[in-house]
Amino acid sequence: MIRVQKEDFDLGAELKALTAGNHAVGGLCSFVGLVRDVSGGGGAGGETVGAMTLEHYPGMTEKELSRIEAEARERWPLDATLIIHRYGRLEPGDQIVLVAAASAHREAAFEACHFLIDFLKTKAPFWKLENTPGGGQWVDARSTDAAAAARWTPSPGKAAE
Amino acid sequence: MTTSMKLLYFAWLREKAGVGEEDIQPPAGVATVAQLVDWLVARGGGYAEAFGDRKVVRVAVNQEYVSLDHPVAAGDEVAFFPPVTGG
Repeated sequence: MIRVQKEDFDLGAELKALTAGNHAVGGLCSFVGLVRDVSGGGGAGGETVGAMTLEHYPGMTEKELSRIEAEARERWPLDATLIIHRYGRLEPGDQIVLVAAASAHREAAFEACHFLIDFLKTKAPFWKLENTPGGGQWVDARSTDAAAAARWTPSPGKAAE
Repeated sequence: MTTSMKLLYFAWLREKAGVGEEDIQPPAGVATVAQLVDWLVARGGGYAEAFGDRKVVRVAVNQEYVSLDHPVAAGDEVAFFPPVTGG
């Protein structure tokens, strides 16, 4: 399931609902992304961020998230998957994104969860605009994100593209 | 039958181009994304700045990622945006 929304989400309620009634699930792995209060890599030199605005491409966003979810379900034996991504104005500490994967065993759940967030970060059409003391600043894509996603390609059993 | 193309711009490409969405009627000879970009840049203004470094511009035609040599045609939705930074 995928959802793109302005509103916050209740992590506990979402995870509970994801596996409700399915007792074949032995492991549920989730990742939540939060808004940091420092721009850049988070180390020294980053500017203080007051808030940020997440812009996205309505229509393509849903398609890309669905493709990423379908790809995960093709690669691992998953009982349930969930991607929630927020847009609009967000404050430091706010939840931005939730990805979750449930499977009979932990390995598939861990790997699929990691895959979902890595692919989402390089494919889903979202852009962060940080409000810093120096004004609005579009966040630059990080090469480490591309490298993280590249680890997962090509998919097992598929020819290299 | 439509003869126009819908263009979308996001994030700093939208700010530089000065437009978020527009319907255009490209001339004959605009058959690929690269040719469309050439034509837009020739319009001047913010377009030249938005497409100043084409290596960092991502393109989607009908909401699928494509490369600059991908064909474009009337009725297409073509989106230009920087590398994504969600998650």
